[in-house]
Amino acid sequence: MAGTDGAAPGTAVERHESAPLPSGVAVISDDRVENPGFPPYRPRVSDTDPVKERQNERRVFWLFLASMIGSVFAVVAYIVFPIHEGDLGSVRLNNLFLGLGFALGLLGIGFGAVHWSKSLMDGHDMVELRHDTRGKPETIARASEIFTLGNKESGFTRRKLIRNGLLGALVLAPLSAVVIFRDFAPADDPATLLKHTMWEKGTRLARDPNGVPIKASDVTIGSVFHVIPENLNDSEHPLEEKAKAAVLLMRLNPEDLHISEGREDWSFRGIVAYSKICTHVGCPVALYEQQTHHLLCPCHQSQFDITREAAVIFGPAKRPLPQLPITVDEEGYLVAQSDFHEPVGPSFWERSL
Amino acid sequence: MTATATTPATTETKAPTGPGMRFVNWGANYIEDRTSMSGLVKELGRKIFPDHWSFMLGEVALYSFVVILLSGTFLTFFFQASMAPVVYEGSYPTLKGVEMSAAMASTLDISFDVRGGLLMRQVHHWAALLFVASIGLHMLRVFFTGAFRKPREINWVVGFLLFVLAMAEGFTGYSLPDDLLSGNGLRIIDGMVKGIPVIGTWISYLLFGGEFPGEAIVGRLYMLHIMLLPALVIAAIGVHMILLIVNKHTQFAGPGRTEGNVVGNPIMPVFAAKAGGFFFIVFGVIMLIAATVTINPIWNYGPYDPSPVSAGTQPDWYIGFADGTLRLIPPGWEFELWGFTFSMNIIVPIIILVVFLVLVAFYPFIEAFVTGDKREHHMTERPRNAPTRTAIGAAGVTFYAVMWAAASSDLIATHFRLSIEGVTHTLQALLILGPIIAYIVAKRISIALQKKDREIALHGYESGRIVRLPGGEYIEVHEQLSDYERWRLVSYDDYAPLMVRPNANGKITFGTKLRGVMSRWFFEDRIAPVTRTEIEASKHGHH
Amino acid sequence: MATSATRTRTRRAGRRSPLASAALLLIGLLATGGAYAALTAGASADAASESQVTKLADEGEKLFAANCASCHGLQAQGTEDAPSLIGVGAAAVDFQVGTGRMPMAASGPQAEQKPVQFTEEQIAALASWVASLGPGPSIPDESYLAGDGDLAVGAELFRINCAMCHNVAGAGGALTEGKFAPSLMGVSAKHIYEAMITGPQNMPVFNDANITPEDKSAIISYLKYIEANSSPGGLDLGNLGPVSEGLFVWIFALGGIVAITVWLTAKSN
Repeated sequence: MAGTDGAAPGTAVERHESAPLPSGVAVISDDRVENPGFPPYRPRVSDTDPVKERQNERRVFWLFLASMIGSVFAVVAYIVFPIHEGDLGSVRLNNLFLGLGFALGLLGIGFGAVHWSKSLMDGHDMVELRHDTRGKPETIARASEIFTLGNKESGFTRRKLIRNGLLGALVLAPLSAVVIFRDFAPADDPATLLKHTMWEKGTRLARDPNGVPIKASDVTIGSVFHVIPENLNDSEHPLEEKAKAAVLLMRLNPEDLHISEGREDWSFRGIVAYSKICTHVGCPVALYEQQTHHLLCPCHQSQFDITREAAVIFGPAKRPLPQLPITVDEEGYLVAQSDFHEPVGPSFWERSL
Repeated sequence: MTATATTPATTETKAPTGPGMRFVNWGANYIEDRTSMSGLVKELGRKIFPDHWSFMLGEVALYSFVVILLSGTFLTFFFQASMAPVVYEGSYPTLKGVEMSAAMASTLDISFDVRGGLLMRQVHHWAALLFVASIGLHMLRVFFTGAFRKPREINWVVGFLLFVLAMAEGFTGYSLPDDLLSGNGLRIIDGMVKGIPVIGTWISYLLFGGEFPGEAIVGRLYMLHIMLLPALVIAAIGVHMILLIVNKHTQFAGPGRTEGNVVGNPIMPVFAAKAGGFFFIVFGVIMLIAATVTINPIWNYGPYDPSPVSAGTQPDWYIGFADGTLRLIPPGWEFELWGFTFSMNIIVPIIILVVFLVLVAFYPFIEAFVTGDKREHHMTERPRNAPTRTAIGAAGVTFYAVMWAAASSDLIATHFRLSIEGVTHTLQALLILGPIIAYIVAKRISIALQKKDREIALHGYESGRIVRLPGGEYIEVHEQLSDYERWRLVSYDDYAPLMVRPNANGKITFGTKLRGVMSRWFFEDRIAPVTRTEIEASKHGHH
Repeated sequence: MATSATRTRTRRAGRRSPLASAALLLIGLLATGGAYAALTAGASADAASESQVTKLADEGEKLFAANCASCHGLQAQGTEDAPSLIGVGAAAVDFQVGTGRMPMAASGPQAEQKPVQFTEEQIAALASWVASLGPGPSIPDESYLAGDGDLAVGAELFRINCAMCHNVAGAGGALTEGKFAPSLMGVSAKHIYEAMITGPQNMPVFNDANITPEDKSAIISYLKYIEANSSPGGLDLGNLGPVSEGLFVWIFALGGIVAITVWLTAKSN
């Protein structure tokens, strides 16, 4: 491929196309500046000075030698810097010295080889001719002849019935395999599952993660509790349940709360409980500012105003965080009055059906 | 003698002799007799590659991928892709006795109980970040130099697919340790998927094998991460390389270089030594970083639990633009219709991302339509010589950069002492205004540079030498360019807007009209290349 | 490794029966009781030198009148500019003044840490006087500040209660309207404890019913552990997560490699 045909130095090689292709809106000018041809070769010092050449040769060798030292060092480091259980410093040293050894081993080879090619290998530019990407007319003619023959011998376009039959079969075969994806998940309907959480009448609010129930008197003004249902850790799928049931419990001055109709008894003396799962895409919304009463989601910065029933005041979320209706039981523990009155977490298509 | 044409070295037809060479000859013949390898060596051995630093960026991507394969294989020997709960009893003190998934526990074991395990994890992750970054930079180089033009449009699309596959590889890998950071990342994916109309709920349900988080997702992503996606990446790299060989590499304009030749180094030996050495350099740089800089300290994040989250929860950089788009949606973009919920705060970002990516993938065809130029182009253009393309690219880069910056809006706020609301509002405005400004600025700069080139081509460089003429007048001496230097400045493709004319049937088709409008948009502001006549005239002017 | 047997053994081990919850509750109560006992013991020791305390409080009152009263009022009853300090306790004073947040320099989104304006004795005097105004959290006992708590418990509680604002590695994070949760690295154990019990500014209060003193001690131990042990993987890039990693890879990794490609393709002279 790298040919001598016509690539005489100093001349711009003209292309030989069968027919010029349309050039669209390109401006073709006869007055173009002409290609001056290749400039003269600028010799390197190692081309002219044998001393420099020897020097470069030595330099390349030193680089390869450095690589060898690095590789040996890596093996030594592996042994002399073992990991002692529980000692992070030993992990750090092992990582550092093993890595440095490997790195030297690799970089030595790399820089050596490149230096060799730059300073000692032939430095002349070489020329290779391009040919049209499109094949020669004879080749194309032969290829289309093969297709014609194939068509003729098989009758692919003539026998329409069996051709269409084949196409239909080919389309249907993979489509039929779609059914096997159904059992990627259990039989239940996801939309139903998403509308319920573990909370039910009388479930005690408990501290995350240890499940110790919370008394109303524990929740002082300005404090925030990260809450799970008391029986969460006994459930069959605790992570899945927690992903829906996680709740944030806060106590505000009762007069700061703007309570809407129908929610008058959902809170207890200024103690309110809201779903911790963002209504945008489901991150835990847990950054509670006790003076502004704003809740911030660290993932996409949606902000909810707890004094106004977690209404969205900033960010991409649309819906307020669902409120969990709470009260106290006879022992003074906070309990849920019921499940949430709407699905928690991110929106989904069948959400309000 | 300027450039040496590769001549078949007649002296080499006789096999070299000497100690050791006898074995080499025997081996070469043995293989040749069974594979006909000589044909391949003859075809490829002296193929020419042009030399320019920006032509090495694709290689960086390729080599990082090799490093990813090597380090990833090591990790698979230890990693357990299972979400079954276990109690961690390894050596990291702040997690001892904590319940977590087997995936997380085995990742911690790789980090703290296997010598070199942490190093391989860090090599793998750093190489992954570098892989996507170098693909991105490589794409920018190809875009801004017009190297995607005929006959390379298909290879651009293959490269684009590689970019998308690399992001998919990255995201699936990021999710595997099942730590708090990646778990919240999956939570976001779950939320996004659920927002897709009609099928979203079911897709999420099937993907996670039940309700989020389930016990299936890590195993499923692992299978994609180590089998399906790598197979696709390797196949796409294969196609990318074959097309590279078929089309040959593009080259920048230079004396002696034409559309009909390639000037540079032959594969054997110069390019092989450079490219081979460069592989070791890339590997070495990654290794050096992995030895000294922490990446993804999962031991800080702890195991995934749906309740906690860390401030500064972000995806790896290449998913940042998607996360940032989510952050930029103003409040209230959701409505219900016929009882169904339309989460526009999710649908709109998805549409923006898809449209952006589709435009990137199809840009070569758009430009080919506008120019109507069916010739092959093997000379890369300097960005200034295609001002509208450069401007479009600058606008696209700005758009991407704003989305990307939005993904770190909280960190921008804390580090520059700004309010998060102010940062978000500024970025929302910039998302729309930024690309427009970037477009105008880039176009003006390109044209200004073209003008300057023209000036230099005609009148030479300002030498800084002031000479007093006999008449008392002072002039600055301009140093004329050599023909070789001038050639770089004057050889570029020139296009003019399409004159819309009726076709043979006397009609102006919609396609022609569209092309007229678009070509005017592209080529209305143009600086024509310097002509021979102009150079002649300027030479006379100076005498 | 992961069998269903391990699962039953471990899923929040030990709280499958109500008895276990009761036991935990008991432990919690005992611990709280112990803490109270310890604190009262400290208090009674102080009582031995009651006159000294009164003297300290008197000195505090003077300092307060000179430095704080313009905003908080002469009797610390609060004004339009600043909240009442009655009942905030000695811990709040020790935290706010001891970290330099008070006296506030200029009004901004929040009071920030700056060089401390008072000597330790002066802070003690101020705290003593404010504590005398009404009951509130007192300065924590040394025993909770030693950093010898359970690291794994502390880490888990930190992730659940603190990490969303302060970041899992205590590097800090953004809040609304220009406020931010500060980095916890380099903050003394005493001040961390005081912040938890008093809830300075927008930080919520974590009282002893929410996080027991033992648990607070565990959280402090975790923070002190990550402060003392640098990352085993090398430089930690500020523990800011993927953003700093992404910037690093673009600027240093890719930047460095591009510099190498320029050398690599430059013609040798």
